[in-house]
Amino acid sequence: MPWDEGLVNSLVYEAPDPGTGRSLGYAKAINEALDIALAHDPGVFVLGQGVDDPGAMFGTTRGLQEKYGAARVFDTPLSEEGMMGVCTGAAMNGMRPVYMHNRPDFILLAFNQLVTHASKYHYMDNGQTTVPMVVWAAIGRGWGSGAQHSQSIQGLLLGVPGLKIVMPSTPYDAKGLMLAAIADNNPVLIFEHRWLMKKDGTVPEGFYTVPLGKGIYRRRGSDITIVGASHALEVALQAANKLAADGIESEIIDLRTLKPLDEQIIAESLKKTGKILVVDTGWAMGGVCAEIGCLAAEKWFDYLKSPVRRVGLPDIPTPAGYTLEQFYYPDAEKVAGVIREMVKK
Amino acid sequence: MIRYEYSENGYQGWGAARGRFQDEFLVRLFRDMLRIRLIEEEIERRYHQDQMKTPIHLVIGQEATSVGCCAALRKTDLLYSSHRTHGNYLAKSGDLKAMLCEMHCRINGCVGSRGGSMHLIDKSVGMAGTSAIVAGAIPIAAGSALTAQLQGLDRVSVVFFGDAGTEEGVTSESLNFAALKKLPVIFFCENNFYSVQSPLATRQPPREIYKWAAGYGIASVRVDGANVLAVYEAVREAVKRAREGGGATFIEAPVYRFRAHGGAGDDSHTGYRDTAELKAWEEVCPIETYFRFLADAGLITIAQREHMHAEIMLEVIEAFDYALASPNPEEKDLYAHIYSD
Repeated sequence: MPWDEGLVNSLVYEAPDPGTGRSLGYAKAINEALDIALAHDPGVFVLGQGVDDPGAMFGTTRGLQEKYGAARVFDTPLSEEGMMGVCTGAAMNGMRPVYMHNRPDFILLAFNQLVTHASKYHYMDNGQTTVPMVVWAAIGRGWGSGAQHSQSIQGLLLGVPGLKIVMPSTPYDAKGLMLAAIADNNPVLIFEHRWLMKKDGTVPEGFYTVPLGKGIYRRRGSDITIVGASHALEVALQAANKLAADGIESEIIDLRTLKPLDEQIIAESLKKTGKILVVDTGWAMGGVCAEIGCLAAEKWFDYLKSPVRRVGLPDIPTPAGYTLEQFYYPDAEKVAGVIREMVKK
Repeated sequence: MIRYEYSENGYQGWGAARGRFQDEFLVRLFRDMLRIRLIEEEIERRYHQDQMKTPIHLVIGQEATSVGCCAALRKTDLLYSSHRTHGNYLAKSGDLKAMLCEMHCRINGCVGSRGGSMHLIDKSVGMAGTSAIVAGAIPIAAGSALTAQLQGLDRVSVVFFGDAGTEEGVTSESLNFAALKKLPVIFFCENNFYSVQSPLATRQPPREIYKWAAGYGIASVRVDGANVLAVYEAVREAVKRAREGGGATFIEAPVYRFRAHGGAGDDSHTGYRDTAELKAWEEVCPIETYFRFLADAGLITIAQREHMHAEIMLEVIEAFDYALASPNPEEKDLYAHIYSD
């Protein structure tokens, strides 16, 4: 059992998507997406450290090697940069690799290939080459994950032209966005959050996609706009539901894709509420919070009735210990406090 | 002081080559090398005019490796390259006009003025990708080879890099993976003993590079990089191995860079290498030694060489004129191909 399995198992979610239909676990939804992609496109292959081990990458790759063979679903050497280059070279020649990582922290080893090669070839060779590849990782948190196993690196990659960045928050989206990412002709990063992995939700059977670059309203309200993705959105939803009892109605936008960014939905909501809070699982400084906050000030200043606020991580490495962690991560209480302050003004 | 000596035998003992290869083929290799040399010299001659606003990494002195290698490849085989691309591109039949347009930053350059001289790419002839980061193309070539293997194609992928390329961690990662999967890839190391101005001895312990590579469990050989026939035969054998499912090959070819790492002219006078060392290598120039070999065998005369020279120069001047007359990109061209649809 992975070291933080007990912790993740203990998380309880209220299904944000209580629609009718089949209910499926988050990891299983991803597993189904990979299964469908492997079955439908012989160019798809899945690789990563331990994709064929008993843990099966949190269950996302379970059974795939048995079904599709060791040539198309394989464990890799511990060579992140090399394997990212292998994926790039394969994608440049018509394959659609899906490169799974346990944690985003390991992708940092492969920045040369990801940032300087995979994202550049299509532009650099004037469109002769496309690089359709998916790089997947699950952000860690808790149980001593600490400074080197909990990093949310989407902010570091946001400014890299040519990349797409996806951060799902429901099993429905995890499957649909994975299938959209695999079908996309560009390098797409998918950052999951470890704490969402045990979430259940409605997941249709068969093939469907959730379009990249389109956000969705998770909650409607007129007092404040909250934008974000992944687990940060989960926390914001908890805060918003709590505040509804006090008559504060938050509008919550799940961006689903950070790059390309759905500016239209943010503008639409902000025009109505005049207040925007940006939440992210990563550092507030220079990241997703900073970028969207700046965008609001730059493009939609006339809509703003109060200063832009952000709730991300402080400019501090993640501490490993349990107590320090409680001070480090913003919880629903903290987000609710910020919302209250903003709405009061 | 000569730090790095030529330690091979030139064409001594290659007398039987005439029987092994067709005469036409032997002469073609000479013409291909001479053509690259003349193109490079013309680029160098004009570089100070600043019409070519691009870094250049000339292959003068290193023509035999590109020509010998590409002669053993099919058009459909894929070649990946480093920053030193000119020889690779031309030997793989890349279009000269498109190359010079690229170097003159014109819209009809081989990559539409997005790459410059370090990114001479033309997928239609199998010049499949380059990297301006040392060793950057090495894992990509491995990925290309993995594709051929997964798709059941008998296509071979080759990647060129220098001695410094073997120092990057990703090269070790790529050799390991290629050995593990028996990939149809050829790692072609042009050991020219210097990384910019840093000599090999300050970067690696005294050890032969091809023996180091053999430690990864792939076939590894050293071949005379100044001898186009030796290079051709080594690559031919590696290609055969790759196509037959025998896996990867590492080839170390000691060669010498007759010019500075980048830009026009030699920079030996700055003191990082002895001019005497350059002179000694110029004595074993891959083009001149091969010419003497062919002439002795009665396959070419000085008059024929002069005719060939004139013919090539006509092509080169015409290509330069074409490039200079070609249109520049427009602002709208900046925005194409950021993402692929």
